[in-house]
Amino acid sequence: MRITVLANPKRFLDLSRALIPWIAALAFLLLAVGIYWALFQTPPDYQQGQTVKIMFVHVPAAYMGLMIYGVMAGSSLVGLVFRHPLADVAAKSAAPLGAAFTALALLTGSLWGRPMWGTYWQWGDARLVSELILFFIYMGYIALWNAIDEPQRAAKAAAILSLVGAADLPIIHFSVEWWNTLHQGPSIGLTGSTIDPAFLWPLFVMMAGYTMLFAWLWLIRMQTEIFERRARALMLAKGA
Amino acid sequence: MANFFAMGGYAAFVWPAYTATLLVLVTTIVLSLAAHARARKAVRQLEAEEEQSGAAKT
Repeated sequence: MRITVLANPKRFLDLSRALIPWIAALAFLLLAVGIYWALFQTPPDYQQGQTVKIMFVHVPAAYMGLMIYGVMAGSSLVGLVFRHPLADVAAKSAAPLGAAFTALALLTGSLWGRPMWGTYWQWGDARLVSELILFFIYMGYIALWNAIDEPQRAAKAAAILSLVGAADLPIIHFSVEWWNTLHQGPSIGLTGSTIDPAFLWPLFVMMAGYTMLFAWLWLIRMQTEIFERRARALMLAKGA
Repeated sequence: MANFFAMGGYAAFVWPAYTATLLVLVTTIVLSLAAHARARKAVRQLEAEEEQSGAAKT
């Protein structure tokens, strides 16, 4: 008996196995081009000088922290409503990646804030604090999965937590408009951008690279979770 | 080259930001791949055992 007992994961495993090398290659290519472009081929900003280099690792990390949360909450909703077995796996596998990117957004933002705002951290800034809360929600979500032994109950509790936590997303997004404190307003919107093309294009390449990196690691971690569940089922069968 | 590393006087902020990014991303990649290899090995082992015991019964 092979993995075929789990009809859905089997199809996912086959498909993801075929996709993984391509996505990984694309991620590394985009990141290599993006870093080279950002570090060697962009001028200093006329106001910020060379600290603008931090933008190329800060903005993509912040964007991923939000996007991954959206993916996680979306998967959780599908898991709750349709009981799709892969949805819980998808949500659980995304969380540590979202936490890592959010931590990077906070770290790099702090290192950008010191020379530009004169401080590493400001409790009064809504964007900074709501982003920190996002990091804590990720940690709480991960802790909840680890705290409940039975996978189905853990999935349900974690899904509910992720949906409640999703309230932080619009707060983060609009924080820079509702409370005009330290963090600047949005530079990239649906209607265009106030960033010079010399910075914007390498930034887009970095964002695409981060997205592909996430996609690669997400598939890897989903496969891992499926293997672990399968191993657990086999252990139980052996014990019985 | 020295000019490049100086980052216009902001080296103390630019390079830690890039170093932190590299460290966090590389750690995430290594941990993800290690857990993947471990889980795959465990499943293969258990499946091989099961096939053997199944063959022994028949």
